[in-house]
Amino acid sequence: MPVNCVVCVKQVPDTSNISGQVMKPDGTVNRAKLPTVFNPDDLVALELALRVKDLYGGKVTVITMGPPPAAEVLRQALWMGADEVALISDRRFAGADTLATSYALAMAIKNKCNADIVFCGRQAIDGDTAQVGPQLAEKLDIPQVTYTEEIEWVGNGTMVARRKIDDGFERVRAKLPVLVTVYGDAATPRPFNAKLIMEKKRARSQFELERLSEDNPFYYYYNDVDALEKKGLLIKTWSIEDIAADEEKCGLKGSPTQVFKVENVVLTSPDRKRYEPTKGDIERLIGELIADHIFG
Amino acid sequence: MERVKGVWVFAEQENGHLHDVGLELLSKGRKLAANLNAPLSAVLLGCNVGHLVPKLYAFGADTVFLADSERLEHYLTLPYATTIIRLVREHEPEVVLFGATSIGRDLAPRVASNTRSGLTADCTDLQITDVTHRGKLHHNLLLQIRPAFGGNIVATIISPESKTQMATVREGVMRMEKPDAARTGKTIEVRPVLSEKDLAVELLERFKAKPKVNLKAADIIVSGGFGVGKKDNFKLLEELAAVLGGEVAGSRAAVDAGFTERERQVGQTGVTVRPRLYIACGISGAIQHRAGMSESKKIIAINKDPKAPIFDIAHYGIVGDVTEVIPRLIAAYRELSK
Repeated sequence: MPVNCVVCVKQVPDTSNISGQVMKPDGTVNRAKLPTVFNPDDLVALELALRVKDLYGGKVTVITMGPPPAAEVLRQALWMGADEVALISDRRFAGADTLATSYALAMAIKNKCNADIVFCGRQAIDGDTAQVGPQLAEKLDIPQVTYTEEIEWVGNGTMVARRKIDDGFERVRAKLPVLVTVYGDAATPRPFNAKLIMEKKRARSQFELERLSEDNPFYYYYNDVDALEKKGLLIKTWSIEDIAADEEKCGLKGSPTQVFKVENVVLTSPDRKRYEPTKGDIERLIGELIADHIFG
Repeated sequence: MERVKGVWVFAEQENGHLHDVGLELLSKGRKLAANLNAPLSAVLLGCNVGHLVPKLYAFGADTVFLADSERLEHYLTLPYATTIIRLVREHEPEVVLFGATSIGRDLAPRVASNTRSGLTADCTDLQITDVTHRGKLHHNLLLQIRPAFGGNIVATIISPESKTQMATVREGVMRMEKPDAARTGKTIEVRPVLSEKDLAVELLERFKAKPKVNLKAADIIVSGGFGVGKKDNFKLLEELAAVLGGEVAGSRAAVDAGFTERERQVGQTGVTVRPRLYIACGISGAIQHRAGMSESKKIIAINKDPKAPIFDIAHYGIVGDVTEVIPRLIAAYRELSK
């Protein structure tokens, strides 16, 4: 039985590289100023989806919600073996919190995809909330299996999966359709496939084609849209209308959580004592700690 | 039936044992409820767990919602979520708090999504206050405070238009107050109403080892960061911990680099600890890490970079290479503790 998988991925700022200068006054992040990466857990989610396809057949569709540059992670998804990709992008999605994000993803999946298993990474490194997966499952009104390490078996309208719990694991059987969130240590994502890179390096989103036409007035991008679509190289773009979402539930307007303020932390330092890394100084330190009964 | 609003805490239990984080949240919830001038409730789900109710009163609950059913014996997302969603819809509490455990992080978003409640993960502080936001005054909002984005940034999140404001908090972040065994309260029994759909996931097998580490209980913690350099160097930390009778821990960077296990991660997305002595080796001291250890009684920082922020909160600072300093610490301790 072929299994249709939809994988939700996110392009994230490389959080190892963030300073105060990239925060806007409203407390949201100025993503334009940051280097971006494919969210690591989402790569593993895509890997598990591709393994399901390798075993059972079916289609892997990768979707992301984000600004136009997020097309880059979709291209990478194609290079790993995704069959179809789509960019959910619209200015009115801007400022979405996890709830508004899960709503938009849910509308896209309901109206545009046919999913037996929806895959999400456990969490994204820019927020670490791990909320979008379960929130999306609730919006889709389907069961969820979080912290998934392995999809062991799919058949008869069910799936058996192993999930990580604190200090152990659980094996569960879930009815399809189901949403899984994938634990980042679950598998090693496959590298980009050289043949697929050659085939799909010209994959472009509508935004990217529009940009080309702005730069070159003789370039008529609709020709290319048709041509690319025929070759499976068009990164489809979905607006609010395309996914039949209610604007009031999208973006900042649809987000119950709001950033009230952002502060730089002022550290209140205790009485500090400095020691040199010398034998004498270190013995002095240990002596003091022993005298203070710090070691019990 | 009269609605019970105010502050609710999900009292997580497993095999009839209450998880500490629920009791910590009741301790914090007590203060938030006083600020709101509203009652504090615990929400307890399980099978044959009625004996836990007095303990929830003792930790501050005025009301306990008790859903006791065979269907709720083991945690499964949908039966638990459906039961709590019904309660939240019926009573519309102002605040619901969950422990940011693997169960709480599975459950809370589901409940928040259904009830369209604002939810903030891994808060390090919670306060109640009046807030003027975008020109509008809101009374008694829950400030959900959490470090964000790498550097030295703390974000305060609010959910001004939510009927119910939700947050998750990691274990150990809030202080557990002393219980008062004389306290009592009211139990409201809840019958879970589950449909076929709620039983879509079936538990086949469950393996749970005894926890390998209990960082929260350790008096002395030797913790390493990315600056330790390589996994091999972590053996030095293990040796120091063994000599001092402590536990080894790591920063997120060290865990991500594979130097130590995820169970040993200290910080906002790991464990929060308050040991007698915390020795930070090669840890730069990003706010997410400090959130998990800054209340240690004494902090020793060892780092090559004299400008590392960890020195700002350390009581004792040693600017130097971890691989040189640790052997000297071990030698000095062996020599002086004879």
